[in-house]
Amino acid sequence: MMKRFSIFAAGLLTVAAIGTAIAHEGENPAVKARTSIMQLYAFNLGTLGGMAKGETEYDAEAATRAANNIVVLTQIDQSEMWPAGSDNVTDPSTRALPAIWENFPDVGAKGQALADAAVAMQAAAGQDVEALKGAMGNLGGACSACHKAYRAPKD
Amino acid sequence: MRRFFIFAAVFAVLVGLAGLVLTRPQRVDRTQLDGITPDLARGETVFYAAGCVSCHSAPDAVGQEKLNLAGGRRFESDFGTFIAPNISSDPVAGIGSWSALDLANALIHGTGPKGQHYYPAFPYTSYANMTAEDVASLHSFLGTLPAVTTESTAHEVGLPFNIRRGLGGWKLLYLKPGWVVDGDLTDQQILGRYLVEALGHCAECHTPRNGLGGLKRDLWLTGAPNPNGKGRIPGLTSDQLDWSEADIAEYLKSGFTPDYDSAGGEMVEVIENTSRLSDDERLAIAAYLKAVPVPQIEPPSE
Ligand code: HEC
Ligand code: HEC
Ligand code: HEC
Repeated sequence: MMKRFSIFAAGLLTVAAIGTAIAHEGENPAVKARTSIMQLYAFNLGTLGGMAKGETEYDAEAATRAANNIVVLTQIDQSEMWPAGSDNVTDPSTRALPAIWENFPDVGAKGQALADAAVAMQAAAGQDVEALKGAMGNLGGACSACHKAYRAPKD
Repeated sequence: MRRFFIFAAVFAVLVGLAGLVLTRPQRVDRTQLDGITPDLARGETVFYAAGCVSCHSAPDAVGQEKLNLAGGRRFESDFGTFIAPNISSDPVAGIGSWSALDLANALIHGTGPKGQHYYPAFPYTSYANMTAEDVASLHSFLGTLPAVTTESTAHEVGLPFNIRRGLGGWKLLYLKPGWVVDGDLTDQQILGRYLVEALGHCAECHTPRNGLGGLKRDLWLTGAPNPNGKGRIPGLTSDQLDWSEADIAEYLKSGFTPDYDSAGGEMVEVIENTSRLSDDERLAIAAYLKAVPVPQIEPPSE
């Protein structure tokens, strides 16, 4: 009897757990919005990175388009996308560390560093593949500098 | 990572105090360093491959300042705080007066010049596999770095964990020189093994630990809980990391994943070091990772 009950209870718990997991998918539109911007950074970097590594042929126009996109992405005002309570201790659907909300000025500076590196890439991307390669390091470094301080590893 | 080291240290002391084993600090036979001509360029490579700078530079130092090995980084825990010492070339505040033999004893046996045991927060369990040539070259290279007079700060660790003698027992259990991945390896994989197992101490973060803080060698590089909070330190075995060898080498150079995400967390400082290695060395690390056996038992899914 006892045993059945606990199996039943365990079943209920599992259902409840799945319920919360589903509820979390897309529960916080702000998290969805900001991770979408991150994905767009990565997609456009992929175009540039493929050329830098020689996997795709260098194409000045395509490279410039990708660099322009990254610049535009850095200009989006993200103020509404980082509401209080959307850190990874409170909300299991995000990898954003609570430290973000304790260090807004520094997070802003890291965002600005990315914006600067993106502008430098915009100037370099259309010149030639060597210039593009040269601008790649600072751009990637700006992503990692922020991920180092403010992003938890994946689950 | 920090918490794990701390665990290791704490249990070491406990094991020792329990009187299970009280071992004498081990030392390198001085003849092992005889006749070696140090190579400065090699010493620099060893310095970065072994990541000394990531722990011994001053907290928040950037760029060239990182070469001032003043120490001061704090490794916090519930039991107290370990503070990385000054290992700059200053003869008083740093280790400028140390012989190559002194450095070899520290790196290979975790033993200080006064015969004291070091806490495993200093990853000598990996460095135990360093060659005498590399220790001698590293010793010469460290001598070329700036002398910094900042005093080392004492660890903020209370009784009973501050009794170094107790570490002997832990060392007997977990300071085990020798390779984890053995068998038929190519020359490239053997180079990669040296870079990962001896110098890079990748396993300190990427391998789970047992209750005594020792690495679970049968779950080598299968990933581990993140000691600093949520998330997981990813596994590097081929069942979990399906990147090509070129992709792995690229990540260790630029920090970009094959999807152009960029590395984060504690891996960023590791990549600052691996980005200074040669392409061949990074490819060797990748080739080694492909040769790490995938364990039959499922790693615990925390
Ligand atoms: C100012 C800080 C900052 C900068 C700069 C930054 N990121 Fe991020 N990134 C984050 C944070 C924080 C997260 C975790 C967001 C979350 O899970 O809510 C993240 C997450 C990501 C993700 C995972 C998204 C997902 O779907 O979960 C990718 C990919 C990414 N970033 C790529 C990049 C790239 C590429 C750049 C540089 C062009 C970059 N980021 C620059 C802070 C930053
Ligand atoms: C100080 C702890 C630490 C050490 C030492 C360390 N790593 Fe990592 N590693 C991490 C963390 C944390 C991540 C997750 C990075 C992230 O969240 O973006 C990671 C990620 C990786 C990844 C990407 C895996 C993936 O699936 O995304 C590779 C490859 C890797 N490490 C290889 C190495 C190698 C090779 C070494 C040794 C030279 C090493 N690591 C040493 C902490 C460490
Ligand atoms: C993960 C962090 C970490 C790394 C990487 C690391 N160390 Fe240390 N090191 C420490 C800590 C913590 C101590 C203090 C240990 C103790 O007091 O028991 C230490 C102690 C030492 C000492 C003893 C200093 C003294 O005054 O007694 C020397 C020498 C040393 N490290 C050299 C190195 C060298 C050389 C490297 C690279 C090959 C290196 N360390 C890499 C953390 C680190």
